[in-house]
Amino acid sequence: MPSHDVLIIGAGLAGQRAALAAARTGATVGIVSKVHPVRSHSVAAAGGINAALNPEDTWESHAFDTVKGSDYLGDQDAIEVMCREAPDEILWLEHAGVTFHRNERGNLGTRAFGGASAARTYYVADITGHAILHVLYEQLMKHSDTVERFEEWFTTDLLQDGDGRCIGAICRNLRDGRLDVFNAKTVILASGGAGQAYKPTTNGLIVTGDGIAQAYRIGARLMDMEMIQYHPTTLVGNGLLITEGARGEGAWLLNAKGERFMEKYAPNKLELASRDVVSRAEQTEINEGRGFPDGSVALDVTKVPRRRTLEALREIVNIGRDFAGVDITREPIHIRPGQHYIMGGIKTDVDGRTTVPGLYAAGEVACVSVHGGNRLGANSLLDTLIFGRRSGEHAAAQALQMTMPSTPLSRVSDAERAIQEIIDRPAGGRRVSEIKDELGETMNRHCAVFRDAEGLQKAHEIVRRLKEEAPRAVIDDRGTVFNQDVIGAIELGFMLDCAEAIVVGAKERTESRGAQFRTDFPERNDAEWLKHIDISVNGADVPKVSYSPVTITRWEPQERTY
Amino acid sequence: MPDYLLRIRRYDPDSGKTAYWDEHTVTLNPRNSVLDAILKVRNEVDGSVGIRCSCQQAICGSCGVRMNGRPGLACNTHLEVAAARGGGAQSTVPQTDGEGPAGVIEVEPMGNMPVIRDLIVDMDAVHWKKIQRVTPYLINRKPVPEREYIVPHENMVDITQTMACIQCGACVSDCLSMEVDPLFVGPAALAKTYRFVGDPRDDQHEQRLRDLSEDPHGIYDCTHCFNCIDACPKEVAPMSQIMRLRRRAGSDHKIVDSNNGHRHEDAFVTLVRDYGLLNEAELLPRSYGGNSWFGKFHPAAGKELLSSLPTVITGVLRGKVSPKIAMFGHKLPGGDLAAIKKLYKKIESRPQRLELNLYISGYEDDPEPAAVAAGSSGEAPQAESSASESESS
Repeated sequence: MPSHDVLIIGAGLAGQRAALAAARTGATVGIVSKVHPVRSHSVAAAGGINAALNPEDTWESHAFDTVKGSDYLGDQDAIEVMCREAPDEILWLEHAGVTFHRNERGNLGTRAFGGASAARTYYVADITGHAILHVLYEQLMKHSDTVERFEEWFTTDLLQDGDGRCIGAICRNLRDGRLDVFNAKTVILASGGAGQAYKPTTNGLIVTGDGIAQAYRIGARLMDMEMIQYHPTTLVGNGLLITEGARGEGAWLLNAKGERFMEKYAPNKLELASRDVVSRAEQTEINEGRGFPDGSVALDVTKVPRRRTLEALREIVNIGRDFAGVDITREPIHIRPGQHYIMGGIKTDVDGRTTVPGLYAAGEVACVSVHGGNRLGANSLLDTLIFGRRSGEHAAAQALQMTMPSTPLSRVSDAERAIQEIIDRPAGGRRVSEIKDELGETMNRHCAVFRDAEGLQKAHEIVRRLKEEAPRAVIDDRGTVFNQDVIGAIELGFMLDCAEAIVVGAKERTESRGAQFRTDFPERNDAEWLKHIDISVNGADVPKVSYSPVTITRWEPQERTY
Repeated sequence: MPDYLLRIRRYDPDSGKTAYWDEHTVTLNPRNSVLDAILKVRNEVDGSVGIRCSCQQAICGSCGVRMNGRPGLACNTHLEVAAARGGGAQSTVPQTDGEGPAGVIEVEPMGNMPVIRDLIVDMDAVHWKKIQRVTPYLINRKPVPEREYIVPHENMVDITQTMACIQCGACVSDCLSMEVDPLFVGPAALAKTYRFVGDPRDDQHEQRLRDLSEDPHGIYDCTHCFNCIDACPKEVAPMSQIMRLRRRAGSDHKIVDSNNGHRHEDAFVTLVRDYGLLNEAELLPRSYGGNSWFGKFHPAAGKELLSSLPTVITGVLRGKVSPKIAMFGHKLPGGDLAAIKKLYKKIESRPQRLELNLYISGYEDDPEPAAVAAGSSGEAPQAESSASESESS
């Protein structure tokens, strides 16, 4: 029965950063991940990380761009914290070994990114997330005496004491199927988003909303769940991501008539408007018949000098070649908006504290909220690192003043029974993958770039039905060693909880703001809706909805144009 | 859409049974990936097929497997490409033509690592242990600046090639040296080493190189089989990175290792320079006794020659080498030797060593870097390199 001052669940950027920060204070740290840490989906972040580090730039400018990008739904106190601390975080990463590309003087180089008023995106070719994740893992290997790693352990449940305080988790070792109680004084969830509730999505198969659902089930509040980011450039068919860095380096968007249509929608920023704006523009072109027959528009990377593309955008050259059969250095590639990120998540404060005592959250799993209605590109890596570090520091400081709680091992037998019940399900139910596909297609049809009451109601009915079917879904694997089938069945339940929260939030918000565009309520309505929608569990019923205010420090809402 | 016969190597330690082939026919587009086919089986037929996978875009490094005998990522290997390779090493299925499936695809777990289940191997036991071996983190050059280190852009682009490694294990899977010497540090960990040795911010270049030169399982344990270069799905070219480590160790830091790795490599270079061809009889003496004709009179060379006598005699008896060739070497047609010497002179008189790095010089078949270099001659020495030149040593 492992015991740690701080237990971190998830080992992407937020989790690893939290682990390193917590260990520095002298706390004992355990980090649990259902995959090897370098497989975490942070690895797919391509374009870069924002910070106002350049002497001519200011954190206030970065903060304002973020506030405006969020369509004024972001909490400005949190945004200020993130943007003020960003430059030091970049320097910390640089000293830890991240191989940021340089400018001609040998200083850190930058590239332009969407919704930003200055080129403040630091990058490593188009593998920035990958490079940072691998460097953090280098640091975890360096500090393996103070951070204990549990790689390929799947968290099934969070544990609470009688007062509702989170005191650890139950995890299953995928290697042998053994369950164990992980005691902890504080727990940090850093397990990422819920993109697999959509199909297609740019997110990996592991991104199944585990942490969001686990926290929700023990009573933590979720916030802004309706805010789902559709990335403007994903491949038709498989939904793979083409980095915003392509547009940052100068690529154009063209409709089937060859028009640079962003001139109509965002005359100043063009392709580098906020993602919600660009995605809506593309979808409008497609819906109004100016797209290609495959339901797409074109991204023209040939505008970028070929040599620069090969050096700075090599990954998408490979993706174009391997997954679309297109040489993007020679011809435009067909793209469309695709599910990419969830701005919402577990409601936290700027130190990562959730509404459940002892439980913290950081990264995509959390909603601080710094992204509000729409996240700016290259702000998510920053979010993971800043709030990962802050959570780690705060949780460790708290833990050092506490005594170690303990959980009766009987909780393990409960969890074992739950898994055995999945394995013993009688034949006759639907396959897990079938339910998952129906969920993903439903969400992508009704809860996407454009939404309306009718579609959302339909989506909610389908999700409710799938929630009834899921506990009967059959699996084939009855083994103990790497039983991925049983994990898939558990993950399906997590995704369904997330999906319901998303749909309920989207139904509730009868206005258009950021990524939420209601065709039946096409205007932003600050008088009624400049507030967060909070979602909390309500037994097996439809979740409870409540509201919390948006924190405004210095930027009053204005009309938003690019 | 054509049918493919998918044969998955299955093994479940729970079952008490040995490994077996599990066959499924899948109907998919030839440009779907091998992973698409495996997931189709898992989703629609048998949920117990074990494979690690996540991103499906060749970035997370989870789905390293062998497909028809060759290692790689299942997610970026097209069915038609895998099928065109023909059956795998253990294939029992004859190639089909016309009738039946469009191709047979055999998927096995990676090699050189223990199998946990089905296509899932124990990377901790081999791959990650070797990564740990090479002190896999930056040791900061002092003083650590208040802001960022000022370093040339080219250096950062250069090490981006090894930074691009996704730790999938494909190179480890088919490393021949590791098969013979399981202690070999191996292609992935040595490529990772270049990420530090090529990083101007690291303080321990020489120590790292010395360590891995002196280790008998280090940089000189690679036998240049190119398997890792073929295997790597990310163009990291681990063997090229190992060769770069050797050049830095031997040429830049003058590390003469006790395994004679560096002198042995030098012997090849000087023999070809002196004779135009490899002279096997002089290879050992030069490697052990010093890099000249006189090397054979060195006691160390004599000792090594003595211990190699059984091999030499077997070689002579089997006709692999005649006593005359063994004594005097091969003869080169007139003029060729002068041409070779000219090549040596050209390459050795360069002010700067050329290194092939895809991030800097583009693809091998890409005419553009040469054109760019011609346009700005003298400014970007790296850009002039071509595949044939840079790996010639």
